[in-house]
Amino acid sequence: MTNDILVWIEHTDAQADTISWEAMTAAAGLAAGTGGAVRAIVAGPSTRALAEAALRHGAASVFAAEDASLAGFRLEAAGALVAGLITAHPPAAFVAGASLRGLELSAWVAARCGAPLAADVTDLSVANGAIIALRPTLAGNVISKVTMPGPSTRVISVRKRLFPGAAEVENATGDITPVQAALAEDAIGTKIVGFEPAAATISLGGARVVVSGGRAVGGPDGFKPIRDLADAVGGALGASRAAVDAGWIPYAHQVGQTGKTVQPDLYIACGISGAIQHLAGMKTSKTIVAINKDPEAPIFKYARFGLVGDIFQIVPALAAEFRKRLS
Amino acid sequence: MNIIALVKQTPDTAKLSRTLNGLQLMADGQPRIVNPWDEYALEIALQLRDKHGGKKVTALSLGRPEAVDALRTGLAMGADEAILISDPGLAGTDTLGTARALAAAIKKIGAADIIVAGRSAIDGNSAAVPAQVAALLGLPLVSYVAALKTVDTAGRSLIVARALEGGRETVTARLPVVITVVKEIAEPRYPSFMGIRKAAKAPITTWALKDLGLDPAALVPQMTWEAFLPEMREVQCEFIAGTPAEQAAALVTKLLEQKIL
Repeated sequence: MTNDILVWIEHTDAQADTISWEAMTAAAGLAAGTGGAVRAIVAGPSTRALAEAALRHGAASVFAAEDASLAGFRLEAAGALVAGLITAHPPAAFVAGASLRGLELSAWVAARCGAPLAADVTDLSVANGAIIALRPTLAGNVISKVTMPGPSTRVISVRKRLFPGAAEVENATGDITPVQAALAEDAIGTKIVGFEPAAATISLGGARVVVSGGRAVGGPDGFKPIRDLADAVGGALGASRAAVDAGWIPYAHQVGQTGKTVQPDLYIACGISGAIQHLAGMKTSKTIVAINKDPEAPIFKYARFGLVGDIFQIVPALAAEFRKRLS
Repeated sequence: MNIIALVKQTPDTAKLSRTLNGLQLMADGQPRIVNPWDEYALEIALQLRDKHGGKKVTALSLGRPEAVDALRTGLAMGADEAILISDPGLAGTDTLGTARALAAAIKKIGAADIIVAGRSAIDGNSAAVPAQVAALLGLPLVSYVAALKTVDTAGRSLIVARALEGGRETVTARLPVVITVVKEIAEPRYPSFMGIRKAAKAPITTWALKDLGLDPAALVPQMTWEAFLPEMREVQCEFIAGTPAEQAAALVTKLLEQKIL
């Protein structure tokens, strides 16, 4: 056992995903508590520059696996690599970002290593060697406080946008240790044969601003001004379940219990009353603005700013105002 | 081709309200449903059987004795067989203990080609169990499947489209495989009246840990947890009045002044 923290650097074609540096911050916090060092894992071909970036973002050293079998992200290949490193250099914890890939990587690794797992955590601390994590369950209506005493390796994935991205320093030193892939190509049961990027709209998950429409939008055409406001403010477009179920907007935009969970800096709810199931997906947003014709709508209980009135008048006015002031 | 659909019984979170909070909903006697994502898993399992040369669909659940209700829904939709893993030794288990018991049951059922689950459970929401089952069984996992493109039973492989954050990934996977599905995969069918009647009378096999050759001591989690209600953020809503243009101007000024944007 060591006191070190291993952190997974998630990337797309050797470009770090934002969540990697958030995971780095979480890892650094744990390392401060355990008295160990943060060691990063960078996997995939042509990732030398990414390994160097990991050092500049606070890793004391990097395990670099550049084998071609680690191109893209395949769970078995990545998981076997991480599980091998955990066995060879048992850390106090392994941390990944709770992206879709990071969630399954952390779960897979925990199973292979027989380690306890805290998934999608929003807060971490260390007390007397135990790692304590908070994680929302039941669609954010219950918080689970998980205590993992250790000392054997604990596995953690950290929710997006809850930890600030680690700052980059100019000069960083640290070893980049080459490591082999754990699995030969023919031992991997999947092959990635294509990738079709989503249309160039801003995705909800990582958005700093989300503008959502609800039942009061009234129909597919009613989403035009909502979409325009999202464009004006550089935000992603969201929707309540009522609007999605009515077929006005695709499911990919749904925010809430059976949709996506978002925590942007600014959430603008347009014509959304604030059902508990919708609140579950957005109430941890830093600032909520609600626009609704009903001053008694529950959404106002969670909103920092409230605008009572007709969304079809206020939303276009707001888009125009943002365009004027942000240009 | 044999298919196992993993089905979890969860609290009915649609029942949450200002008078029924999360902790109250988790308590005994509150409404329970089939995890909504698992209905999509059941549906695609049935389609794999009916359209792609499958033989048998087994609905497999782990939970307290009342979880048979979730399995009856699976049977009513059309599953051929249902098995419940239930044991007092599983009462406080974590995702890994759950995955170990499910993996043991999948081995005991035997000859499964596709194990399918919903993308996550609406209560715990860790999306961990299918990945852990795959890791324990040494099978590939293909998660967040939005479309089955090809099912090649002779060549023992699948081609699927996965819905990921940045787009759609097309993946081939060899069988046996564990998959998880998202809503786009198919619209779950409603159980027929006949299906419901048949399911009500169908026998449901129950396995305890000893039936799976598992020692409860090996399933004790290496963690403890306590549940509490989230603190309600005290937000004083500042209402901005005026004409729409005035409201818009005042709001943007505040957002910029307070460096929210």
